[in-house]
Amino acid sequence: MSESHANAPQKVIFEVLRYIPGVDAKPRMQSYEVPAPKGLTVLDGLLWIKENLDPTLSWRSSCRMGVCGSCAMFINGLPRLACANQVAHLHSDKIIIKPLPNYAIIRDLVPDLEPFFAKHAAIKPFLIRKNIEELDNPTGEFFQSKEELVNYIQFAYCIKCGACLSACPTVATDDAYLGPQALAQAWRYIADARDEGAAEREEEIFSAHGAFRCHFAGACSEVCPKGVDPAFAIQLMKQFMFKKKLGGCKEQHGSELAPPVENWVPKKEYPKAPEHSL
Amino acid sequence: MTDEKNHLSNKLGIWGWLGGGRYGLERYAYTLHRLTGLGLLLYFILHIFVTGSRLGGPESWSASMAVYETGLFKIGEFLVFVAFIYHGLNGIRLGLTELGFLMGKPERPLFPYRSSVMRQRPVLIVIMVLAVILILAGGLDFFVLTSH
Repeated sequence: MSESHANAPQKVIFEVLRYIPGVDAKPRMQSYEVPAPKGLTVLDGLLWIKENLDPTLSWRSSCRMGVCGSCAMFINGLPRLACANQVAHLHSDKIIIKPLPNYAIIRDLVPDLEPFFAKHAAIKPFLIRKNIEELDNPTGEFFQSKEELVNYIQFAYCIKCGACLSACPTVATDDAYLGPQALAQAWRYIADARDEGAAEREEEIFSAHGAFRCHFAGACSEVCPKGVDPAFAIQLMKQFMFKKKLGGCKEQHGSELAPPVENWVPKKEYPKAPEHSL
Repeated sequence: MTDEKNHLSNKLGIWGWLGGGRYGLERYAYTLHRLTGLGLLLYFILHIFVTGSRLGGPESWSASMAVYETGLFKIGEFLVFVAFIYHGLNGIRLGLTELGFLMGKPERPLFPYRSSVMRQRPVLIVIMVLAVILILAGGLDFFVLTSH
């Protein structure tokens, strides 16, 4: 048993921000005493409260395993996923939970993520190709090497939990700033060897509220639960822009179609795929 | 304050610069960089007024210089020096990161994640130590060696 588990308190206090529109004039904190067995996550604690103490408590959650990004909350001073943080690892007998800052509160711990997704959509988060016909009626796969994959795969792990925007000090004072999530996703596609859309995204990402609003506070990368490192993506995007302005960047040409696989022999150590059942 | 959808505003505003969470060094370096930047901007505006007193002739210039050599302005001048040292050194770090240096290369994210922020942190610490040394040396010059 690790030291942190041995020291885990038997019961913890969950102090949760409550706000019910039409009922509460302003937010209030409400305390709940929650039994904390080994392995209890913050999300487990909230579910226990809802089942046993207060069915009116509201929040968003879904997968319970750090994949869907629904349950990001402001937990003991940092934006974190409620499902991916055990109470024992927070090293406190009081768990203070608030909705993500910088988003409007719909109710209790439920933030309004609509502006967040609008910013994500604004940077065109999809592969852009000059040959539309090939995208609509694909005849093969666009080639990418293992090295080209590493250029962007880190940034493709974003689960859109919104934690990065709530940690960003620039977002705190600039509503129109695209924010670390959208900018990192813009770089995810620009860095993709198959993409040809850098020029189409430039107007948005290099606007007055784009990449150059980032001054590398680094909080987005610090709180990202998936290791996406948005601050890094934004600095790489700035570097790309400097190079482009100085004429050091080649024009973006998306990769060609990969040639069809021929004479492929399955490896013996891999089991055979099951037959189609339909 | 609620919006048209009856959602309650939770914007941090300026508080988001000063605190708002248990974040790492870089977020506070960001805040200090912005505050020192604003301070230097304010100084430059005052500086124009001060040097503008030369238009009134040597007497006007000498009179304004006599005011600016009093204790409070001396401290103010030292604060400008502190802001300049911090803003300049931290600006070099930010310039390097914006050009893609100090942060390594993209890689597959493997848990436990180590971000680019951690990779450039040693440079931040070196710069902070250098800033403290220069500020102490400047303080010695401002208040001890040239106080007579």
